[in-house]
Amino acid sequence: MSDAVIGALIFLVKFFLLFAIISVFVLYATWYERKVIGHMQQRIGPKRVGWHGLLQPVADMIKAFFKEDSIPRDADKLFFWSAPVIGTVFAMMAALAIPFGPPLVLFGRHITLDVVHLPSGILYMLAMLSLVSFGVIFAGLSTKSKYPIIGAQREVAQVISYELILATALLNPVIMAGSLDLTKIVDAQSHLWFIFYQPVAFVCFLISMFAVSARVPFDLPEAENELVAGFMTEFTGMKFSLFYFAQYVVIFTVSMLAVIFFFGGWLGPSFLPPVAWLFIKWAFFIFLYTWSWGTFPRYRYDQLMNISWLILLPIVIINILWTGFAIQFGLPYLH
Amino acid sequence: MLFKDLRKGLAVTIGYLFRRPVTVQYPDEKLIPPVRSRWRHYLGVFPDGKIRCIDCGLCERVCPPKVIKIIPVINEDGTKSAGKYEIDLGRCMYCGFCVEVCPELAILMSSEDYEFANYDRDKLVYQKESLLKGRNKDNE
Repeated sequence: MSDAVIGALIFLVKFFLLFAIISVFVLYATWYERKVIGHMQQRIGPKRVGWHGLLQPVADMIKAFFKEDSIPRDADKLFFWSAPVIGTVFAMMAALAIPFGPPLVLFGRHITLDVVHLPSGILYMLAMLSLVSFGVIFAGLSTKSKYPIIGAQREVAQVISYELILATALLNPVIMAGSLDLTKIVDAQSHLWFIFYQPVAFVCFLISMFAVSARVPFDLPEAENELVAGFMTEFTGMKFSLFYFAQYVVIFTVSMLAVIFFFGGWLGPSFLPPVAWLFIKWAFFIFLYTWSWGTFPRYRYDQLMNISWLILLPIVIINILWTGFAIQFGLPYLH
Repeated sequence: MLFKDLRKGLAVTIGYLFRRPVTVQYPDEKLIPPVRSRWRHYLGVFPDGKIRCIDCGLCERVCPPKVIKIIPVINEDGTKSAGKYEIDLGRCMYCGFCVEVCPELAILMSSEDYEFANYDRDKLVYQKESLLKGRNKDNE
């Protein structure tokens, strides 16, 4: 077998493995979130389908399959059909570049644990993550219905608020690691995690992380108690589920980014394999999403814009200047 | 310190996360209703099993939605009692006026039988035979 065929095979295996991981995560994230939110409100959550409701996501999926597929009469058919696909595809494409561990050497071959290994992986991921929002915007505009349009308008307002903070907050670890390669960024944290150098950048990233995945303090596009279901009001069945899928893939990806950039990725004591450490740290962020969902009320979108442009942006810019200054003049920095 | 409001909120929810849920899994576990609660009607009887109702018609008359219907019979000793006694529980508003107005304690409300939901409206029209069953702990 030629080298290219083996390379393609490895790619396919890695791709389907990632797809399996993400699918299981999305299925059971819905169960887990309902369970945790329920207990936070002194309820039980899903309990009836299977042991402690563990088959609930499967039942939900079967239900979504057999739902009536309705399209509004005035909807723009092309965009209406493509909107859920756009969101899902770009979210999955962003997830392709996540490294799940240090590169392996298997049968004399050098195998990286991300599906596509890019020297500027973070740029690619940020680009794909911002394309996900086009799915939301198309969904809102194509239906020609009032609630989706308000949802799409809020999504636009949200995108121009968080995009900048997301990228600039990640710039600090990039400057410190001196690389855009996610594997090298993790390697640069082998002495001390970047959270201890960059707590301010981390808080800024955390805030924009909730905004990028449209979760509770900033779930403006689908404000359930104001806009029915926001941009996906008119979507039914599997198209509706695809939006959820895209949202959970974004949560998965962004939580991984937070771990890789600020919490040392797969680094940890050697009694557990690196992948285990990565997922333990990642689980903390997934819990943080649920925790904030059970706690916070929603911000208005003008408040979100004020937070990002008037408060976070100056802080992040000062932080970047300080980071550059400190590295240039060799201020206390463990090596 | 920063974000005091956010941290306080998060502390509350994490506290509740580890508290016991208050949910009662209804068909599996049931709460015992309070002793003085008033649910489905039932007809009172004397210790010898004779029905207490004397067909004075007060409950029929006082009932706001007019769901009670009595057809009397005259006994051998000249007294009257209810031959047929019918309550349409689907239309009853459970105001309890009939219980209050009854001079003979013949119609009462059960303190425990609250599960009489039905798929058929006609089955909610209770006849004398099914109304004779019931007990009220507060009256005992």
